Amino acid sequence: MSEFLPPSSEADFDSNFSQIKPLMKDTEAYYESSRCLFCYDAPCVNACPTNIDIPLFIRQINSKNPIGAAKTIYDSNYFGYACGKVCPTEVLCEGACVYNHSDVKAIEIGRLQSYATGQAIRSNKQLYKLPASNGKKVAIIGAGPAGISCACELRMLGFDVDIFEAKAKPSGLTVHGVAPYKITNEEALNEMDYLEKQFRFKVQYGKAIRSQAEIDQLEKSYAAILIGFGLGSTSALNIPGEEKENVMGAVEFVEKLRMNHHKVSVAKRVIVLGGGNTAMDAASESARMGAEKVILAYRRNKEEMPAYDFEYDLAKGVGVKGLFNVAPLEITGNGKVTGVKFIRTENKNGKLVNVPGSEFIEECDWVIKATGQSKQTGILSLMKGVSLDSKGRIEVSEENYQTKNPKYFAAGDAVSGGQEVVNAAAEGRKAARGIKKYLLG
Amino acid sequence: MANLRTNLAGIKSPNPFWLASAPPTNSGYQIMKAFDAGWGGAVWKTLGVPVVNVSSRYGALNYRDTRMMGFNNIELITDRPLSINLKEIEEVKKRFPDHAVIASLMVETKEQWHQIVRDAENAGADGLELNFGCPHGMCERGMGSAVGQEPKVLKTIVGWVKEVAKTPVIVKLTPNITDITRPALAAVEGGGDAISLINTIQSLVGVDIDNFVTYPVVDGKSTNGGYCGPAVKPIAMNMLKNCAQHPGVTIPISGIGGVENWRDAVEFILLGATSVQVCTAVMHYGFGIIREMIAGLERYMDEKGFATLDDFRGKSSSKCETLGRSQFEIQSCCEHQ
Repeated sequence: MSEFLPPSSEADFDSNFSQIKPLMKDTEAYYESSRCLFCYDAPCVNACPTNIDIPLFIRQINSKNPIGAAKTIYDSNYFGYACGKVCPTEVLCEGACVYNHSDVKAIEIGRLQSYATGQAIRSNKQLYKLPASNGKKVAIIGAGPAGISCACELRMLGFDVDIFEAKAKPSGLTVHGVAPYKITNEEALNEMDYLEKQFRFKVQYGKAIRSQAEIDQLEKSYAAILIGFGLGSTSALNIPGEEKENVMGAVEFVEKLRMNHHKVSVAKRVIVLGGGNTAMDAASESARMGAEKVILAYRRNKEEMPAYDFEYDLAKGVGVKGLFNVAPLEITGNGKVTGVKFIRTENKNGKLVNVPGSEFIEECDWVIKATGQSKQTGILSLMKGVSLDSKGRIEVSEENYQTKNPKYFAAGDAVSGGQEVVNAAAEGRKAARGIKKYLLG
Repeated sequence: MANLRTNLAGIKSPNPFWLASAPPTNSGYQIMKAFDAGWGGAVWKTLGVPVVNVSSRYGALNYRDTRMMGFNNIELITDRPLSINLKEIEEVKKRFPDHAVIASLMVETKEQWHQIVRDAENAGADGLELNFGCPHGMCERGMGSAVGQEPKVLKTIVGWVKEVAKTPVIVKLTPNITDITRPALAAVEGGGDAISLINTIQSLVGVDIDNFVTYPVVDGKSTNGGYCGPAVKPIAMNMLKNCAQHPGVTIPISGIGGVENWRDAVEFILLGATSVQVCTAVMHYGFGIIREMIAGLERYMDEKGFATLDDFRGKSSSKCETLGRSQFEIQSCCEHQ
C-alpha cells in the first residue's frame, strides 16, 4: 500500500492531511447557500445538539451577511467554527437535511458554518457586548469545549471566570485529539483566541488541579466550580506484553501527532486495536504518516463497530485493512513489539466467544490501543459529594448539569463518558445557565 | 443600535417590514403568526364583496436551477365574509396594538366605499390601502387596475374615501401603465396620504404544451394572472424611483415587488421607500424569513452608522439620472481616449 510517504516537512504533513472539509470560497458559499429550502421546523436544527438556527445562518450567507450568519451560529454554539469542521455532520444536521429524501446531496451545512464563522474570526469582529460584572467568580477546570463554552456563556451572564488548564493550549480534544484532516491546529486555536479576546475570561495554562489542597483553595475562592476536564489516558487492556516498547494509547498517539506533526515518525507496520471512531482516526493517521501496513483489529464483526460508517470509509480509503472477529491475547516481542497474538471470535447465540485453537500471530512494529479512555476517578474522589455512576461518569441533573454537591457542576466527556465536541459545547452552555440559576436564582 | 421604527403617513410599526395584501394575510390567524415571527405590519387581504377563489390559482416560473424566480396568481380578493374579517382585525389589534394593520379595500360605488371605510376603521385598522392594482379578474368588473389605469377615476375614488376616512389612506398603484407618475400624481391630487407600488404585472406564466391550455389550468381553462416575485424587482424599483424623483409626488411610498431579504429592503429604502411589503418570499419560504431581514438591516445600519431609517432613505434616488445628463457620457468618453 503506502499511498503516503512519511512527511518530512510541515508542507508534506499538510498535504498528507489535507482537510476533508476545506474552507469554502465566496462563490461556492453563495451557490451552496442558494440551495437551502429554509424549511419550517427544520430537521437540521433539531438534529444539532446546540440547535443552531441553520436555515437562518444559511440565508444570511446568501444575502451576503456572513458576520450576521456567524452571530447566529455563535448565539447557539461557541465552537461554531470547530464544529463546522469536526462535527459528524453526516449523522447530525446534514444527515437530517430534507434533500436526502429526494436523493439530492444534502446542504453542506458544516462547511457553510465554518465559512461564516471563519470570516468573523479573521476580521476579529466583536459580536457581543459583555454586561457589567455581577461580582461572582466561577472556576472552570479544563479549557476544552465544555469549559470554554461554559466560560463564554458565564461571561455573557456577568460572571468572572478563571479557567485552569493542565495543557499548554486550549480547546481540549479539538486541537489534541481530533484527526488533523478535520481541523488544523491553527484553525482550532484561532477560534479560541477569538473567543478569549471577545469574552475576556482568564485561562491559566499548565495548571493541573490535582491535590486536595488545590481543590480546597478553589472551593474557598469561587462561588461555583465547573468540572470540564474530560477523560484520562487510554485504559489498560490487561493482556500480557502491554508494557512493551511501541505499545501506545490512541489518544496519546493522536496528541503527539497533533503537537509535533511531521516530527513524529510512525512504524512501518501498525496494528490498531478497537472499533470506535478514535480507532478509525488512529488507523487513518498512521497510514497518512506513511505506515506501509495498517491493520484495524476489532473483536466483533464489521457491522457491530461503534464507529460511524463514514469514518471507517475514510480509513479504508487510505489503505487501512480491517481484521474482524479477532481478540488480542498477548502482545509479543522481546522488549519491543513484534506482533499481536489474536484468537478468532464468533457470535454464538448472541454471545461473543473465542474459537478454540484459532490463535495466530499478526506481525507488527507498533500497537495502538484505541480501547477507550479511563475516567479521572482519582481527582473526582477528592471532590466531596460529587458522585459517579457505575461507569465512572459524573452524575448531574439533566437540566442544570449540577452534581450532587451543589457547588460543583460538570459537563462534557467527564459526564457523558465520551462524545463529540458539539455535545460538550452544548452541555457547557447549559451548565453556565445552571450556575446562574444556582447563584442568582 | 439601529432603530427600525417606521412611520408611513402616520401609520406606525416597529419595523419597515409589512406583509403585502395577499394570501398570507387572508386571516387574523396568519397575521398573528406573522407578528409573532417579527413582521412589523400587515395589509389585510383585500376586503370587498367576497368572491370564490378557484384552485389551482398559482403558477411559478423556474429558470434553470432556480425555482420560482417569478410567480403568477389568478387569485381574487378575500373569499371570506366581511363581518368575519372585521372581527379578526379587531382581535389582531387587541393583541398587537403597536403593529400596523392596514385594511386593503376594493368596492365599486361611492356608498360602498363610504361604508367599507367606516367598517374597517371601526374595527381598528391603522390605515387603509385602496387596491387600484389587481390586474386580473377584478379589472374586468371595473375595479382594481381598471381604476389605476385611469388617473381621473382614481382621483375621484380617493376623494370619496377621503370624505369619510379618519386614518391614513394609501393608494396602491398598478404597474400595468406607461407612466407610473400619472396615477401617483392623481393619488396626491385626490388627497391620498401615501402610495404603494407595485401591484402585480399582468402575466401569462406558461402553456401546457400537451393540452394546449395556459397555466394555471382550472377545469380545462385558464386566464392571465399577475406576476410577482424576484423577477419583478427591477421593474418595481424603477417605478419607485420615478415616483420618488417626481417633485409632484409629495407623499410617502410603501415599496413592493420582489423583496426577499434585507438587501432588497435596503435598496427600496435607498430609492425612497418608507416601508416595504412582502408576499411571494413569504409564500415561498415562510414567515421566518423576517429573522434574516431584521438582523441584516440592523447590522447594515450599525455598520454604516445610520441610527434610523430616515438617515438613508432616498439616498440613491438622486443618483439615478436621465442618461443625457449623467456621468456615463463623461466616463465613457474618457475611457475611449
